[in-house]
Order: sequence, then structure tokens, then C-alpha cells
Amino acid sequence: MSFSQSQSGRLAVQMISHIRHALPAVLAVGSLVLIWEGYARFSGVSPTTLPAPSRVLEQAFEYRQALFDNAIPTLRATLTGFALSLAAAFLLSVIIDFVPRLKRALFPVFIISQTLPLVAIAPLIVLWFGFGLLPKILLVALVTFFPMLVALSKGYEATEQDLEQLLASMGAPRWKLFWLARLPSSLPFFFAGLRISITYAVVGAIFAEYAGAAKGLGIYMLNAKNNFRPDLVLAAVLVSAALTLCLFGAAVLAERLAMPWTRRVSTGGQNR
Amino acid sequence: MNAPRLRLDQVNYRYGDLQVLENISMTVQPGEFVSILGPSGSGKSTLFRLLTGAITTDTGTTEFDGKPLAGAERPFAFMPQRDALMPWRKILDNTTLGLEVQGMRRAAARERVAPLFSEFGLAGFEENYPTELSGGMRQRAALLRTVVQDKPMLLLDEPFGALDALTRAGMQRWLEAMWEKHRWTAMLVTHDVREAVHLSDRIYVLSPRPAKVIREIEIDLPRPRGRDAATQARAAAIEADILETLLKPDPDHSGGASS
Repeated sequence: MSFSQSQSGRLAVQMISHIRHALPAVLAVGSLVLIWEGYARFSGVSPTTLPAPSRVLEQAFEYRQALFDNAIPTLRATLTGFALSLAAAFLLSVIIDFVPRLKRALFPVFIISQTLPLVAIAPLIVLWFGFGLLPKILLVALVTFFPMLVALSKGYEATEQDLEQLLASMGAPRWKLFWLARLPSSLPFFFAGLRISITYAVVGAIFAEYAGAAKGLGIYMLNAKNNFRPDLVLAAVLVSAALTLCLFGAAVLAERLAMPWTRRVSTGGQNR
Repeated sequence: MNAPRLRLDQVNYRYGDLQVLENISMTVQPGEFVSILGPSGSGKSTLFRLLTGAITTDTGTTEFDGKPLAGAERPFAFMPQRDALMPWRKILDNTTLGLEVQGMRRAAARERVAPLFSEFGLAGFEENYPTELSGGMRQRAALLRTVVQDKPMLLLDEPFGALDALTRAGMQRWLEAMWEKHRWTAMLVTHDVREAVHLSDRIYVLSPRPAKVIREIEIDLPRPRGRDAATQARAAAIEADILETLLKPDPDHSGGASS
């Protein structure tokens, strides 16, 4: 009885601390939206130039079916592209780790690939690969691949020297050293890279659609802009932001599941 | 004298232009606890890197049970400076690491290690992650991981260097008791004079770089040490003597090394 009371008491304390933690962010975003709303209403600016947030929300609701229909292809391109990019980054990071000479050969190429302006590259990729799913997948992979590769590579290198010497003294061959020490050591770095990458992924897909697509949030934004509907452009932006946040949340969740030891830091053993 | 377990004869090691080890000769008898004592950066850890095969000697011979040391299979269980526990493995799975590398199944390795947890003061912490343990417990887990490999000799590289003074003193007593019970053949690298005197049967004192053996001291004190006043006084005298050698390396003082 007293146990469950203290349990629920602790839960309440945790809730309050969570709310207190989130309060500054909520206040900041809230006041920005309020200022925007006030300016759009009282400055006399035309809603075809700057729609009020309330109008954006109202139109987003009105056109929810169209937004949903266009969000699905974007999400598909994002997820497929990201999966491809993740697989490629992991595979290359392993190859590079086992053949360091390749790293010196390949890294400059990857770095150059990251300097290409998307505005120029997106239409070219569409020109080469058509209006289907493929160019979107490729563009998403292009913008998300590098942060993950760098994170994995850095992560392998961050393996503790003592640990490598220990495993070598146990007679572990190179692949065992990689599997037992270098790969797990890279996890925190990998997830940091994953968080960065995933925020680029949706934007990458939208860029590709902007350059040419049958369906998707990118082409929807372009059409809305051409029809002088900034409210619908912003509604689509809202949807893409929500997509990114969901993916980011999934990445954080994956991180917690993959690294359970980071959550179990207690002082329980300190006194013994 | 019976055949030494480990014998180093005139071992040299250069790193580029830097002479790190110079004519190192030493022996370790079966069941003997030998310490290598020297100032920081004197090449003590280099010695272990040679033994574990991470680097190879320029000149000199290294023999184990009369046979030259070579190849990847080494007869040593090595305990690195910091505990080097894997933060992503539970304590039980950390202690089985050596057995798993040797190819033992995880379940079998666990079965072998689990009964030793209480002797190492770790009972009840099998399922905890290393971050949940105190520094002393982590070192005990690291030592358990070392001895369970069942190798003929232990190499301990400043195992208590990162602990606070009180925990370190406790761990030294504990290690002495464990050693008395198991009589491992062990080589300890340290820069802590008291630790070396407390634990060793014999001490080799190394000079600053390039490392030479400047003294060899037999520690003929009854065990367990440091419990009665007479032993403590003798230990203190030996410590003072060694400290004198370390702080003022005198060429006339290097009796035991080459004789």
C-alpha cells in the first residue's frame, strides 16, 4: 500500500519535472506563433503573402486528404532512401575499417559529393533517372549517407586502446576485435550520426520531388506556390516537419533500445 | 634454482630513435609474484606489449618454460591499466570475454565463471552494467576476467592506478589474500613503491627511459603483510630504500641486475 503510494508519488514528481523541462520550449514556440498570428491579423498584410497560423491549420484540416495522399510517397521515398543509405554507410564503414588505405582513397570522393549544391543536382538526377521513385531514393541517400559513414568510422576509431590490447592479448583475430569491441564502441557515435542524417532525409526527398514528380509533398508545395496558396505550402511544410519529428523520435527510441546500458546508471554499487 | 617460467635475456626495444628498453634481463619463477617498479613513462608497459605480442623485440631473447615466445597464442592473461570493462556488456558477460575469444560457448563460459563471483566479492552484480559498480568492484571484475582464462601467468599493468588511496589499499590486501590462496605466477607493473613491497616476492627496479634494471630486491617478509608492527617497520625500511634508488639513480647501486 505505502509502496504503491510512493510509486505513484514518484511518477507525479517525474511528470512535473518533465513538464518543467519542456516548458521553456513550449513557451518560446507559443510566443513566436502568437506574434505571427498577431502580425498577420493586424498589419493588413494579404493572406496570399503571409497567412496567419490559424489559417494554415484550418486549410491543413480542409485539405487533409490531399496532404495525406502526398505525404505517403514522400515517406516511402524517405524510408527506402534512408534504408539504402544506412546499408551502404555500414557496409562501406566496415570495408574501410578493414582496409584503411581505401579510406584515404574514398573519403575525398565522399566529401566532394557533399559539396554539390542540391538545387543543381536534384533536377539532373531527375533528368537521368526519371520521375519515379528511384531519383528520390538516390537523393535521400546522397544527403544522409555521409554523416552516418563519418560517425561509424569515428566510432570504430574511438575504441579504447586498453580494450584492443586486452583482446589482442587474448589472441582475438581482427574480425573478432571488430565484432566484440569496435562495432559496439561505435554505437553512440553511430546514433549521433543517425540523428543528424534523419533530419536531412525528408528534406532530401522533398527536394527531389520539387525537381519533378507525379506525387509527393515537394510537388504539392510547388503547385500550391504556383497557385498563390502560401497557406497550403505552409500546411505541407507542417506535415514534412511532423514526418521528420516522427523519424527523429524513432531514431531516439532505437538508440535507447540498442544501448540499454546508458540508461542504467545508478549509484547503487558505489558504497560497496 | 628450478627452471624459470619466464626469462628475459638482454632484451632491447627502440621506438624510432628512442631507446625504450635497454638490456632488460629478468626471470619469474613458477608461483612467484614479481613486480616491475619504475617511474612513469619508463617503458614498463612497453615490456607488457612485448610479452603480449603487440610489438616485437629488436634484440634479446624471451623464453617461457624454456621455449622462445612467438606467435599469436600467448601464455599470458593480461589485465590492462584501466579496467577496460565493456560498458555494453553485463558484468557476467564481461568476465567471460577471454573464454569466448578462446571459442567457448557463451552459456558454458557463464557456467564456468558464475561460481567465482562470490569469491571476488561480486555476488549479486552479475546482471549489472559496469557503470553501476564502484571502482574497486570494477577492478575485481577485471581481475576475475583475467584469472578465469586459466593461462599459466598473469600480467597486471598498474591495476589499481586509477583508484583512490583507500580503495587501493583495500584492493592490495584483497589481492594479496587471493594470491596466497591461488599462487598465480604473476608479474605486476607499478610505480607505487608501497604496492610493490606489499605484494611482491621480488621487485625489479627500472631506471627512467631508457629502462634498465637498476636493482633487484628480494622481499622476504612474512604474509599477510602490513598487519603487525615489526613487519610494517621492515616494509617501511625497504620502501624508503627503494625510493632512494628511484629518486637518485646511482650507478654504484645497480648490484642485482647483471650479476
